[in-house]
Amino acid sequence: MQRLEKKHPRAVRWMHWINVPVLSIMIWSGLLIYWANDVYDVGVGGITLFHFFPDWFYRALDLEHGLAMGMAYHFTFMWFFAVNGFLYVVYTILSGEWRHLLPNRYTPREAWNVVLHDLRLHKGPLPRAKFNGAQRLAYTGVILMGAGSLLTGLAIYKPTQLSWLTSVLGGYAWARAEHFALTAGYVLFFLIHIAQVIRAGWNNFRAMITGYELVLTEDTSHA
Amino acid sequence: MPDLKLASARLSSAAELEMRRLTRRSFLVGGAAALAGLGAWRWLTRATPEDGLAWPLRRTLGLNQRLAEGLFSPRRLAPTFPDERVQGPARTNGLVGLSDNVDAAAWQVHVEHEGRDAKQAITVRAVQDLPRADLVTELKCVEGWTEVMHFGGVRFLDLVKRFSLATRSGRAPDPDNNPGDLYRYVYLATPDQDYYVGLDMASALHPQTLLCDTMNWQPLTREHGAPLRLYLAVKYGFKSLKHIGLIRFQDQRPPDYWADRGYDWYAGL
Repeated sequence: MQRLEKKHPRAVRWMHWINVPVLSIMIWSGLLIYWANDVYDVGVGGITLFHFFPDWFYRALDLEHGLAMGMAYHFTFMWFFAVNGFLYVVYTILSGEWRHLLPNRYTPREAWNVVLHDLRLHKGPLPRAKFNGAQRLAYTGVILMGAGSLLTGLAIYKPTQLSWLTSVLGGYAWARAEHFALTAGYVLFFLIHIAQVIRAGWNNFRAMITGYELVLTEDTSHA
Repeated sequence: MPDLKLASARLSSAAELEMRRLTRRSFLVGGAAALAGLGAWRWLTRATPEDGLAWPLRRTLGLNQRLAEGLFSPRRLAPTFPDERVQGPARTNGLVGLSDNVDAAAWQVHVEHEGRDAKQAITVRAVQDLPRADLVTELKCVEGWTEVMHFGGVRFLDLVKRFSLATRSGRAPDPDNNPGDLYRYVYLATPDQDYYVGLDMASALHPQTLLCDTMNWQPLTREHGAPLRLYLAVKYGFKSLKHIGLIRFQDQRPPDYWADRGYDWYAGL
């Protein structure tokens, strides 16, 4: 037998989905800005493995010669990003949702089991909870990353008036690199998030839109 | 057994029907929200441009500016560095408005005040008679690169005090006690006004705003704006005008070369 179970509050669903276009616009405009001084590489011992970014990448996404426009979009949509994130944190605190989201003492062990489970190395069933340990780490971590983006962003937005912040973050060039690395982190988060949502299936995805999940009830009378 | 299954199916269908109803409603609301978002995006990207930027973006940059001006303090300074951090020759970027006329001995900076006919011409020598100021700090280019550089010259603040500039009354400026006497903006340009910058008065009078005759302890070269250039620690590099020919104090917001080309007018750091 099935019944409906409330999963995601309305406010969380709205803030989650608003983040999709807002973060997309922030990353796109950030790339327009980065193009004007694209100095980051990943390499080992002086050998460059990957340059951020190859020319074909900029060309394919039309990211060339858009610094002024990129800055204007970035410094407009930063407000939506900041306000949305701020409201989310306030909401999770006031509503008590934080209890489902913050890591607790069971989290590390549970997260490890989830990883083993997802890698097909562990066959046991996962604990039935709104969010498992891996999710708690991921969803708390990504909020901390958001705060990091705000701080590193402010440090490179007003490096003279907020020079104390820029200095704490290691100076202007470091703060810029940290801002970039956090964005790379979002993209990584996003890829894993999408893969997990696809794996979890329709019922789980639908809950982020409707707020409800269909769950099997254990009907003892039929047992 | 078949009866039980049937009963269970009928029972679960109530939940499923409710789920279906919820799903339909939520997808309709979500779809409408997505369409509204797309509409807003179309509106934004097609809004009438003001100086190369859609007007809502230009307006938001204006709001950001007002907020930054409200929180601005001349006591907050850009970090300075030991002299050894200056490496090699200074990078050049942008030659608009430069000319081969860099004769410091004959050079004059013309100074004007809005609504006043009297014009002044100040020689490089007169500027150099002011107290020396040296600054080793990090130039920040709007493109995203930075470079630790030395700037040597005099404070813009000392210049306006010495020559009683920037005030409506024509008296020496007193930003702390009589800020209302100051004009709101400064316009600076190369002699032929091919390159020009607009500054808010607070940024112009910041203690790290210099009129420079040396960079990295060498006399200014033609490419770096000889014989006299500006340096501001509170702005991106494109506001640090080279080859200064004209300084005008005014209440109307002056034009700015890069702001006319889609960049933020304030560009404050």
